[in-house]
Amino acid sequence: MSTDKSLAVVSSRGLFSVLALCLMLPLLSACGFNTIPTREEQAKAAWSEVLNQYQRRADLIPNLVETVKGYAAQERDVLEGVVEARARATQVQISPDMLSDPEAFQAFQESQAGLSGALSRLLAVVENYPDLKSSQNFLALQAQLEGTENRIAVARRDYIEAVRLYNTSLKTLPSMLWAMFWFTGNEPYETFTIPDDKMDVPSVDFGAGNGG
Amino acid sequence: MGEAVLRVLIAPARRGIPKALMTGLAVMLVASALAAALPQLTGRVVDNADILDAATEASLTERLEAFEQRSSDQIVVATIRSLDGEALEPFANRLFRAWGLGQAGEDNGVLLLVALDDRKMRIEVGYGLEGTLTDLHSKLIIENTMVPAFRAGDFSTGISDAVDDIVMVLEGNAAELEARARRNRQEDNGLPWPVILFFIVWSTFFFGGFAMAFLPPIFGRKIGPKRYKWLGMTVDYNKSSIGSPGGRSSGGWSSSSGGGGFSGGGGSSGGGGASGSW
Repeated sequence: MSTDKSLAVVSSRGLFSVLALCLMLPLLSACGFNTIPTREEQAKAAWSEVLNQYQRRADLIPNLVETVKGYAAQERDVLEGVVEARARATQVQISPDMLSDPEAFQAFQESQAGLSGALSRLLAVVENYPDLKSSQNFLALQAQLEGTENRIAVARRDYIEAVRLYNTSLKTLPSMLWAMFWFTGNEPYETFTIPDDKMDVPSVDFGAGNGG
Repeated sequence: MGEAVLRVLIAPARRGIPKALMTGLAVMLVASALAAALPQLTGRVVDNADILDAATEASLTERLEAFEQRSSDQIVVATIRSLDGEALEPFANRLFRAWGLGQAGEDNGVLLLVALDDRKMRIEVGYGLEGTLTDLHSKLIIENTMVPAFRAGDFSTGISDAVDDIVMVLEGNAAELEARARRNRQEDNGLPWPVILFFIVWSTFFFGGFAMAFLPPIFGRKIGPKRYKWLGMTVDYNKSSIGSPGGRSSGGWSSSSGGGGFSGGGGSSGGGGASGSW
């Protein structure tokens, strides 16, 4: 009788531990094991959207250049600048595996900024050609270009937010422990920065410089 | 011993914690400071700038509701007084996402936003409608329909005609429109998950009692006359009630089903559409 009882205690304790284990296993994922891979994939997906929208902009440019050429072929420098900047921008690509590489990211950002600059110069030149500005073809392209620039802005914002979450999970408890002992290869991702020359407060100079 | 291990685990990481915490806090503070207050989604027409007359507002609401019935596309008109210095496009995108216009997964929402004091308007298009209501369509609606009416000071006509144009463009692709409506009707036939969850909880409570009545004698171990031990619980059928650890309490559920008001379906936008000013 007494041995029977002790056996019962042991078996019920075993059952309890199995039950406890079943309860704890989902908690293991709640303590941050899944956080890092989940957020890493979200950041990569957000990056794909950024690339997608930059590609969309690059695809619009040949058409835009052709349209402008029809009205303002003499603006050769500006047009060539856009074509060259587009060629450079499409050469520099970053696969999601290279997102933690600061130099590659910097190069990508600079090439796209170069294209943005060339495009804005082109659109400034267009102001001198009223016929071009009012042509249906150009208006359509302009609407698409504006829409794409806005989509790029949204995609960049989403990527910055995704990277913030991912980088935070690499540095905060409890997921930080998993980063130290399991996901040891995971590096923080790079994110968009504002170029230094745009950080400067524009100096407005009334009159003083006009003397010369 | 467990504690010692934990301490070893945490010690090298401790330096990073305050920094990460501070960064997180700073980001949250900055984010909340930048975000101007978003208007409440009170209906399909949110006229916070008070530029629509009552008749137009009623007819717009009716037309937009009928259109959603037909196509599952959600179009919402919002007017605000001022953007408070924020750029129009980020604000429109934030508002669109906060309201979740369009059906979840389908992202078939359209937001027509007018900022009165900034003299700007925008048609923000959800991911799912970007192919039908293109940036160019949106731009043309703004330039040809809204801007002339707005310049004449007739906001009601401008907005009403713009909504008609949007509906017309969305209906232009009739096959796609019907397919979308059918897809979303099928989804509606499924049980929503709160109902499923309710039934799971309810059946646990309901059938749990039955289970306790006959499972212990079968799977449990007999420890006395009509007394069984199962899963660590001692069940005594001599008493009138079942002795189980932790009494069952009858919890009340608070009903969270809304009162028939309009709400977004959980759609999102990636910045499609066009902006203009008058």
